Formats: sequence, C-alpha cells, structure tokens
Amino acid sequence: MDNQIKIVDIGIGNIASIQNMLKKIGYDSDRIVEPTLKSSNIDLLILPGVGSYDYAMNKLNDGGWSDYVKELSSDKKVKLMGICLGMQLLCDGSEEGELPGLSLIPGHFKKFSSNGGAERLKVPHMGWNTVHYNEKGTWMMEGHIDDPRYYFVHSYYYTHPESTYIAGTTGYGVDYGSAIQNGNVFGFQFHPEKSHRFGMNLLRNVLKQLC
Amino acid sequence: MLNHRVIPALLLKNGGLVKTHKFKDPKYVGDPINAIRIFNDKEVDELMVLDIVASKEGKEPDYRMIELFAGECFMPLCYGGGIRTMEQADRIFNMGVEKVSIQTAALEDLGLISEVADKYGSQAVVISVDIKRTLFGGTKLYRSATSDTDKENWKTFLTRAVDAGAGEVLINAVDKDGTLSGPDLELIREANNELDIPLIALGGVSSLEDIRLAVEAGASAVAVGAFFVFHGPHRAVLITYPKYEELENLFINEINGRQTK
Repeated sequence: MDNQIKIVDIGIGNIASIQNMLKKIGYDSDRIVEPTLKSSNIDLLILPGVGSYDYAMNKLNDGGWSDYVKELSSDKKVKLMGICLGMQLLCDGSEEGELPGLSLIPGHFKKFSSNGGAERLKVPHMGWNTVHYNEKGTWMMEGHIDDPRYYFVHSYYYTHPESTYIAGTTGYGVDYGSAIQNGNVFGFQFHPEKSHRFGMNLLRNVLKQLC
Repeated sequence: MLNHRVIPALLLKNGGLVKTHKFKDPKYVGDPINAIRIFNDKEVDELMVLDIVASKEGKEPDYRMIELFAGECFMPLCYGGGIRTMEQADRIFNMGVEKVSIQTAALEDLGLISEVADKYGSQAVVISVDIKRTLFGGTKLYRSATSDTDKENWKTFLTRAVDAGAGEVLINAVDKDGTLSGPDLELIREANNELDIPLIALGGVSSLEDIRLAVEAGASAVAVGAFFVFHGPHRAVLITYPKYEELENLFINEINGRQTK
C-alpha cells in the first residue's frame, strides 16, 4: 500500500514546495486542515513552519493541533518530521517566544549573536551550509555522494545540555544541532524541499523509514 | 560552508525572458521555463524572477507562469513584480514561492511589507531598491515603475523598510544593469554599512572575480543577470552558472578570513 504522507496545513509553512519535491521523487502527499485523522491513516506527518514561534504555537494550540500531534507521536508507527520552525516547535521552547513548544524532542532555541567578534555575523543565517551527520544520523546521510548541503533560513538555533538528540550539526558562529531526533520524531532546521538533490536524497531516506 | 549566495536574476516581460541595458531596451533571450530548468540542473543557490512590466503597466502578476516556476524550482525562489496587495502575495506564496520582492508598492506605503512579514516572516520579504547615480556621482532612489527618481534618501527609506519588517535588501545599480562593467562596489559598501540584514547586490557582474569583489564589499548574496545569460562579445544567449567548487574556491579567503578573526 502507498505510504500516507500528510502535511499540517495551518498557514505556517510553505506546503506547496514540500509537495512539489515529494512529487518529484514519486510520492503523493495531502494537506490536512483539521486535527482529526486517525494515526492508522498516517505514516508520516510533516510539520512545516516559517514565521514566529508564538504565532505558530498559538495556531497549534487554538486548533487543537498540539494535543493531536502529541497523541499521534505516541503511536510509534507514525513518523513525525518538523522542518525549520516546525522542528523548533517540536522542542521545548525558544527565546523568540513565551509559549512552550510541543516538547517531543528535548531542547531550547537561542538567538544567534550578530556581534561575534570582528566580523559581523548576519542574522538570520540565510543560505547554503553543510550538515555533518553523526552516528545517530546515519540513516539520514545514506546515499549521499558528497558533503550534503542544504538551504537554511533561521535566527534561532538548537541547544541542549547534552548531545543526545543531535543527529547532525552545522556551524554558523557556533556548532549546533541542525538535524535532531527522538525516536519516531525528528526535525531538520534547514529546508530539504529547497535543497536540490541533497534534499531529495534526504527525503527519500525519510520515506525509507516508513513501515 | 558557503555563506554567500550567487543568485541568477531573471527578468520577465510578457511571459518571455529578457535582459535589459540600464533598465532599457529589453532584449528577448528565451523561454523562462527552459531557463529555470537549466538553472535547476546547475543547482543554483537561489533564483530570482522579476517581472519588469507588471508594475509599470499596472498588471497582475502572471500567476500561471509563477506556478510553473515554483513547480520546477528545487531551490528557493523569489518573485517580484506587480505585487500590491496581501491577496496577491498570499496567492504567490501558496504556489510554493519562498520570497516576494516588493518595490513599487513599498515606495508608496510600507504597510504591505509589514503585513507580509507578519504572516510569512521577515525572511519572506525582500525590499527592492533601484539606485541611480547622478551626473556628479551622487546616489538617488529610483522608481522603476515610473522611470524617475524619488526625493527620499535611499538609506532613510531602507531603514524604514527594515523597521517595517523587510528581511533582505535587494539593491540594484541602475547604471550597471546589463553593462557587464563590474558592480558598483562603493554603493554595496555604503548599503552594507547601513544594514544588519542580508544584502543582495545586483548589477554589473561580468566575472567570478566581480562576484568575489561584491562579497568583499559586503554583499551577503550576489544576483547576476547578463553574465549568466550571455556569452562572448556578440552576446550570444548561453545560460551558465559556476560550479560549486569554483564558488567554494572563490570564497575560500573570505571564509578563512572570517574564521581567523
């Protein structure tokens, strides 16, 4: 049976881009606009995200999405993938906002400091950068011929006292977790859907994880 | 790490791809969809498509075409031209475009910049300014829709636009457009001094060295028109883009400089 790929559509992310790339690699996906679909009908739930933390969390909380996503993630057969702000929402919170996140992956987000020494670091971190996967991220880098690079746009970066949940790191002033995972829940700070063959390959690897 | 983006800037006129010279004489260079496919294959960092007549002629953006572009772009896509309302911006974002570039509407009122930034985030809004040099070398804010200059100081305008929520600045040197005579480095330096957000420099690039110089002058990203679509002294149309390794080598000193500082 075909994999059921669903994308949360609450106006906080660029869904068409994700659908375009999934289609390019041969997968159909659907947008879901209500948090009602049973977990048995979902193999992969994608939480996209651009914009501000609290705006997005409010959208998730108001629509009943927060409880729904948490509930879904307890079914380990369902994979949950956050992209960009979507990854941040999966964690505990961010300096950018007041609201707690979904707490499905431990970690907080801190703002990049723009005065890192003599060279001004432009914020947001916008552009292409490489990801160094570690052992935890082995499945993510499968099939990469050269150093995978991806498109990033963000001002806040992942922090956690331990590196337990980090699957891949990126350097921008600091080295931080740009690919993170906690069991069936994982997130990418960059945009695989906008990262040429590197992103396509990563999405293929994600799809290989589906039961 | 390659922090500096090199962005082909494609100009559209009535559904065709054109290249201008100092904002005049648009020359037809081909089918935009074909060009986008080629740039896609060449794995460009990002792509910018600017409709040069939409605002001028008060037309709607060409949604059918924008949707085709978005379906072909597996890298970030910025669209500019004729966006005046939030409804238009919504429609464009819904097609899978990451960023919108706004000039004409913003010169009248920065409200649209704020509205788009509030809904889609600052990273999705590019404020586009065209700068024209005066006879005495001064710099004026240029209104491309009406082909005249604006009284407001461009730096003041940029500050207001950034405060309103713009996340990136596209600065286009009118007198350099299509000339392949090198970027206006002084302009880039001046603009960079004003900004803490990413700056995209457009106009005049004729070589990889020019790209490097623009970055050295402070551009976070360099947008390139003629150099990527023309080839040779007779300006035959040939779409090119540097290889990743070439760009990596080009910026290596820049990056080493950054790390040792």
